[in-house]
This record gives sequence, C-alpha cells and structure tokens, in this order.
Amino acid sequence: MPAMLRNLAQRLGMMAHSFVGGIHPPQHKLSAGLKSELCPLAPLHIMPMKQHIGVACSPLVAVGDRVLRGQKIAKSEGYVSVPVHAPTSGRVVRIGDHAIPHPSGMGIPSIFIETDGDDAVDESLAPLADWRSMEPALLRERVRMCGLAGLGGAVFPTFIKLVQDARFPIETVILNGIECEPWLTSDHCLMLEYADEILAGLAIIMHMVKTDAAIIAIEDNKADAAAVLQQALEARDDLADVRVVVLPTRYPQGGEKQLIYTLTGREVPAGKLPMHIGVLCQNVGTTRALYQAVMQGRPLTERMVTVSGDAMPRPGNLLVRIGTPMRHVFAQRGLDVFEQVRLLHGGPMMGELLRHPDLPVVKSTNGMLAMREPTFMAAHQPEQPCIRCGHCSEACPAGLVPNLLADQCRSDQFERAESYNLFDCIECGACSYVCPSHIPLVHYFRYGKGQIAQQRREKHFAEESRGRSEAREMRIEQEKQARAARRSSVRAAHVGQSDDGSADAAGEEKKD
Amino acid sequence: MAGLLYALLSLGAFALLAGIILAIAQKVFHVEGDPMAEKIDALLPQTQCGQCGYPGCKPYAAAVAGHEADVNHCVPGGERTMLAIADLMGVEPKAVEQEAAAPMVAFIREDECIGCTLCIKACPVDAIVGAPKQYHAIIADHCTGCELCVEPCPVDCIDMLVKPELIEHWAWPLPETRRSRIGHERREQHAGHA
Amino acid sequence: MTEIVLIMLSAVLVNNFVLTKFLGICPFLGTSGKVETAIGMSFAVMFVMTLASAASWLIQEFVLVPLGLEYLQTIFFILIIAALVQFIEMMIHKTSPVLYQALGIFLPLITTNCAVLGVALLNVQQEQTFVTSALYGFGAAVGFALVLVLFSGLRERIEISPVPSLFKGSPLTLITAGMMSLAFMGFSGLVKI
Repeated sequence: MPAMLRNLAQRLGMMAHSFVGGIHPPQHKLSAGLKSELCPLAPLHIMPMKQHIGVACSPLVAVGDRVLRGQKIAKSEGYVSVPVHAPTSGRVVRIGDHAIPHPSGMGIPSIFIETDGDDAVDESLAPLADWRSMEPALLRERVRMCGLAGLGGAVFPTFIKLVQDARFPIETVILNGIECEPWLTSDHCLMLEYADEILAGLAIIMHMVKTDAAIIAIEDNKADAAAVLQQALEARDDLADVRVVVLPTRYPQGGEKQLIYTLTGREVPAGKLPMHIGVLCQNVGTTRALYQAVMQGRPLTERMVTVSGDAMPRPGNLLVRIGTPMRHVFAQRGLDVFEQVRLLHGGPMMGELLRHPDLPVVKSTNGMLAMREPTFMAAHQPEQPCIRCGHCSEACPAGLVPNLLADQCRSDQFERAESYNLFDCIECGACSYVCPSHIPLVHYFRYGKGQIAQQRREKHFAEESRGRSEAREMRIEQEKQARAARRSSVRAAHVGQSDDGSADAAGEEKKD
Repeated sequence: MAGLLYALLSLGAFALLAGIILAIAQKVFHVEGDPMAEKIDALLPQTQCGQCGYPGCKPYAAAVAGHEADVNHCVPGGERTMLAIADLMGVEPKAVEQEAAAPMVAFIREDECIGCTLCIKACPVDAIVGAPKQYHAIIADHCTGCELCVEPCPVDCIDMLVKPELIEHWAWPLPETRRSRIGHERREQHAGHA
Repeated sequence: MTEIVLIMLSAVLVNNFVLTKFLGICPFLGTSGKVETAIGMSFAVMFVMTLASAASWLIQEFVLVPLGLEYLQTIFFILIIAALVQFIEMMIHKTSPVLYQALGIFLPLITTNCAVLGVALLNVQQEQTFVTSALYGFGAAVGFALVLVLFSGLRERIEISPVPSLFKGSPLTLITAGMMSLAFMGFSGLVKI
C-alpha cells in the first residue's frame, strides 16, 4: 500500500500504527532457542576507558594493583559518562592504548588485567532489596555507579535516561525485546532464561520514573519469549498495567523512534528525545543489568553475546565478561582460523566490520559474527549508477530520500543534505540493503555526518579563536591608551618643572 | 521646430524626475560599511596566521570583499574555505596555492625556555601562558597552529607538532568505490580549472 | 474576468517569454545556478517588469501619443527600465548583500533584458489597456520566475549527479533548457476558445 494511504488510514484509526518503510531480510537466527553458556575466563582482559557514548573515563588503578570482580577501575570524567569495572579478579599488568571495535581501527587508553582465576568479587556495593521505599535519585546513582549503558548497541548511559524532568513526566515505559537484526539472538536468549529478572528490572524502572504503564514489545519470530514473559508477568501481582505486545517482524522495528511510533502512534520530533513525548525505552538486556545492579549490587561486568555467522562452526549465545578478547570467544565456538572470514561486531545491518579478532568485547557487543568471504562479498558488490527506482525511499523508516542525500553527501553539499534532514537518518542500513545498484548509501551518510561534525567543530574553534584574538587586540589597545595617558600626565608634570621637557617626551613617543 | 522642443523637454523632464527619485532612494538605501566582509570573516578559520599576506583574518576578509584580494590566499582554510568564499562572492573558484598542512600545535620544550615572554607577545590568540623568567606553556586547546611564536623565540625551543588525532573526531571517509570518485572529482576539477 | 485569466495563462504558460518566445535568456541561464539566487532574480524581474509595463503604458498614452513623439518610444522605455533597475539594485544591496553578490552583473543587466523591453513594446503593439498591460507584464514576469526557479532546481540536481564529462557544464545546461522548452510547447493549445 502506498505510504501516504497507509499513513492516512493510521491517522484515521482504521489501521494499527506502524512505522513507515522497513525491510524483511532473511532471519538467519541460527542460535535462537539455544541455551546460553558461560564463556570461560580469558587469561587477559582488556578494559577500554570508553565503552559508552560520551566522555572517556580515567584509570583509578596503577600497574601492579590487584583488582576484584566488580571493582571500579576507572572513573567517569563528565556527566555523559559511566565508570568501568574490573570483569574478574586479577592484577593490572599494563595501562596503555589498545584497539577497540570501532570503524577507525584506532586505539584508546585501556587497562589490561591478568586473570588470577579466583574470580573474587568486590562486595562493597550492598543489594538494595527495599528499592520500593527508596528515592529514585538514589537508585539512579546506583545505576550510574554500576556502569550501565544501553546494551542494545547504542551504549548511551542509562542513568541519564532515568533522570526525571517535571516538564516531561514519563507515561509509558517500553521494554525493547525486538532484536530485529538478523543473526542476533542475545536478547531472545535473555528473555527466555531471565524473564523474572527482566520483569524485576522493569518494576524498578517503573518505580524510578513513577509510572504504572509499560509495554513489552517482542517480534513474532520470538513467540516463545513472548509466552515466557507473559507467564512470568501473570505470576507477578505488581505489574498489572504491563502488556506484552507481539509485533510482526520487520526491520528496523527495534529502532527506538520506530518502535515508539508503532506502539503509541506518536512520533519523536527531530532532535528530541523519547522523554519529550513521555516515553522511556529500555532494552531487555539493560533492564536485566539494572536488576543486577540494584538487587544484587553487581556492576556491569558481563553481557550476553550472540556468536554466530555462516563461518561459525558452533553458533551460540554466550555470557561473556566485558574485556574478554574476541579471539578467545570465537575459539570457544570452534573458530580459530580467520582466513577467508570477515568478522562483524554487532548485526549485519548496523554492525561494523572488524579488521582482526584481537579486540576486546565491550558493553555494546550484542553479537559477533563470522561471515564467509563469498557471503560477505555477495552483500558488498561494486557500486553501480543509481537508476532512480525509489526502493530506498520506500524502505527508509525515517521517511528520507536516500538517493538524493547520497548524491548530496558525495558532492560535499552538506548544507543541502542537512536541510534534507540527514541527521534524522538512524543508519539502519535498510536503503543500502534494498538498493539494486549496490550503492553504499549509509556509508555516504556517515561520511556526510562526519564531515558536518568536523565543520561544526572547526567553526566553533574559529569562533573561539576570534573571541580570543579580539580580546587580545582590545587589551593591547587599552594598554596603549593607558600608557599614553600615563605619559601625558608625566609630561604635564615635567613641563611644569622645566621647559625642554616637551622635546624629550616627543622623542619618547616617536620611539614607540 | 515645436516637435524638437517637445522631444527635448519631455525627455529632459522625465530624466530629471528619474534622477530625483534615484537620489532619494540612494539616501534611503545607503549601505554602511561592507556587510560582505563580516560574512567572509565568519568563513575564515581565525588562525590569525597572516599567511595570506594580511595581518589577520579580518583584514583579509575586508580585502576579499573589496575585490582587492583573491579568494584563494587562506592557507590553513584550504580548499574548503576557498570554495565557501568563492560561493559566497559568486566568483569562479581558484586553485589554492598551498596545500593545507595537517593541523599543528606549538609545543615549548620547557627545559630550554628562558622565560623571555617574546612568544607570549607574538601569540594572536593568547594561547601561551607564563611570566618573565618562568617557563612558558602552550594551551594546546587554544593553539591555532599559526607558527607566529616560532620566529621570535631566541632559543628556538618551540616545536610545531602534528595535532594528535582523537577517536571522537574520527570521521568516516568517502566510500572507496569507482562511482564515489566520479562524483567527487567533479568538485576538484571545478576548483582547479580556474 | 475571463480575459484576465486568459492573459495570465497565456503569459505564464502558453506564451512563456523564456521558453517559447526566447526572450530573457541571459538571466535565465546566468542566474539559475542556485535556487536561492533564482528566487531573488525572479522577484527583481517581477518588480521591474510589472512597473515598467505599467509606466511605459502611461508614458505612451499621455506623453508620446499626444505630443506625437512615438519615435522616442525606445529611449523612453529604456529610461524607465533603467531607473527601475537602478532602484531595485540599491534596494537589494541594502537588504541582501549576499544576493547582491550572487546576482553580480546580471542585476544591472535587467536593464537590457529583452524580456522587459519586449513586454513594454508588445503592450504598445497589441494596443492593450492600462490594466491589461500591467497584468501582461506581471504575467510574463511570473512565467519568467516559474521557469527560472524550475530550471535552477533541475540544475542543482544535475550538479550533484555523475554525468558524462562530455556534457558537464554549459552543454547539459542548454540541453536541459531545450527539454524544458519542449515541455512548455505542450501548453500550446491549452486554452480553446
């Protein structure tokens, strides 16, 4: 149905809301339904100082220190930041740069911890069993202290989302169990195995934002998870106003703005947050981590990771300590030769290509995929000319015109691209996926966004430099005037004493 | 004869009327200063380095606005700034004379610094702190890399270092495909052909 | 009323000055690089054209014909147009220096814009009344503005598209103009009386 008609029908209430565009890529959820397994401890853990969106942390430990599991080893250096905790007990052997899963392949300061095998836990954080009687601000501080960031992949510090603003009261909490990326099953696995913990976490979140209404959203390819959660929900009597909603599978249903629109019929305006329309969206993994932080006093040191891909001998869902080298994780599932294999961090749609497996698992690692070279190349064919078929516009969940935006980014017309709402692009990859000419549209958008950000930075720096330069000129001018004033007063005094003083003063002035 | 007179008189009268109206309009729409200079100044990188041959960014902007200087003299701004100015001025872009070097910051080797304050006086953006007979230091976040402090230093203790690249400032490159280059080279030709 | 609608339709679409009469081609090609510039130029031309056709009708009717000075038509009309252009030039310089820069030489060139003088002379030829000649001038200007803005939009799109290097720049601009003219030819026979 044409997008316009569908939109109209939705507005008139003739049709359930659902986001525009979207695609149906093959699911490939090989590891669905598999029981999670514990990944054995690696001999060395690498803890990057920045695993969230925001400001990097600075180390609190020195080389040679012994650390315990859950001990804070780096403190946040800004508001939009969360601390880093030791994943297991051991000794700090080095503090220095190490590559992280990032498209640049660059490294950032990291703490290297040699595992001692005891896995001794730091017990300094007490469980907060009576959270119901606690102030939300106190709970929020606990969430921050435990290093929680959105585990769906965006790793935005969780505590900031939980800040209450009297102007924007939260009406609905949305628990995001969509997991729309192909291959990935980590959230699915969590929902099957830890439904009770997730619901307990949800109850805490609802207490913190003072609302009774919540929606648990799950795609229909995970009907078993929906059933488990429904059952667990019925067993609790404190979550009466919580619904489990099963949505038809469509990518990118799990995008925050898309999911909110589908569930509530309300759009998050450009440049605004879900909070501004009274919605809070949390990933199921984050919610479980929040439960652990509050009820067990356990900082975020572990996460569920899907290890899959068509080059993976034994796909599965692993509970991996953060900081574990990926090579170690892959080896657990039988992959230790990386020739003719492409590694992806995250899902195939939004994940990034890794150059090598010697990178640590970080808080955003929801999946690690190993793809055979031919499969990968089939999805990344050479770019052909745009034939204006319009498939990309139909697939775009943000209602943009990708082919035009890509042309603008390619020819560096960034102002125009911005006026065509480049920054509303969520980089979901739906346009690149459907493009029959294999144009790497999202790559162009990333290029454009990066260039615009750089220009803004340069502009900002230029503005500041101008300010400093003008302040300096003003100061020099003032000093000059002050000097002249002083001199003329001296001269006046001088003239009063002798007659030849004026000649002296004139000579002095010339020198200046 | 009367025809000639009518022709002269009517044309003359009409020209006079038009002249009067325009003279009044000139009073009403009088333009103070040069608003273009400010707009150009906003595009310049404000390093105040003087590599354009003018004592700072503002004088160069004024010169460009007055058509006294070409659009391609800003070295740190590079091609992007040149294109922006050419676009604003509505003139043909010209090839930049000198490739913009990687962004630099000045660094003072403190053990060699004699505390003469000469560099402090030279810095156009007050990015050097220090007092007479004390070590001077550069506020790296404020340094524009203009190199104006290098020359005055009597003991040559100032180095220009390449600004370290931060992962936060890393930007995606253009996709490495044949077509992306076709689209992109157009702009470069555009910039280079003048 | 029908007459007014017909004059407007004719001036804007059927007998479009640029695409069917080939008048005012130089600003059409020269200021259509960017939509913003094109819009600015459109308003300048609308102002000059409407006032020029009204003023030239007045001069023709009350000065030239009574005094038998029809042979001075051209210089009088040019004088009116030149004065108007000078006026709008000052106004744009004051209100929008960027547009002033962007229009550059094309702004004073409105003076010798054949579309402007053309509409004044056509009005005399067709023996229009005051209202219809002002309307005709306005309609012609709207037609000019329409194609100028459309054309600049096309050119902006073409500029970011990878085109064969053979066609880059002026050739493709002229080909595009030709195609637009072809499209506007489709309006002939739009109105059947």
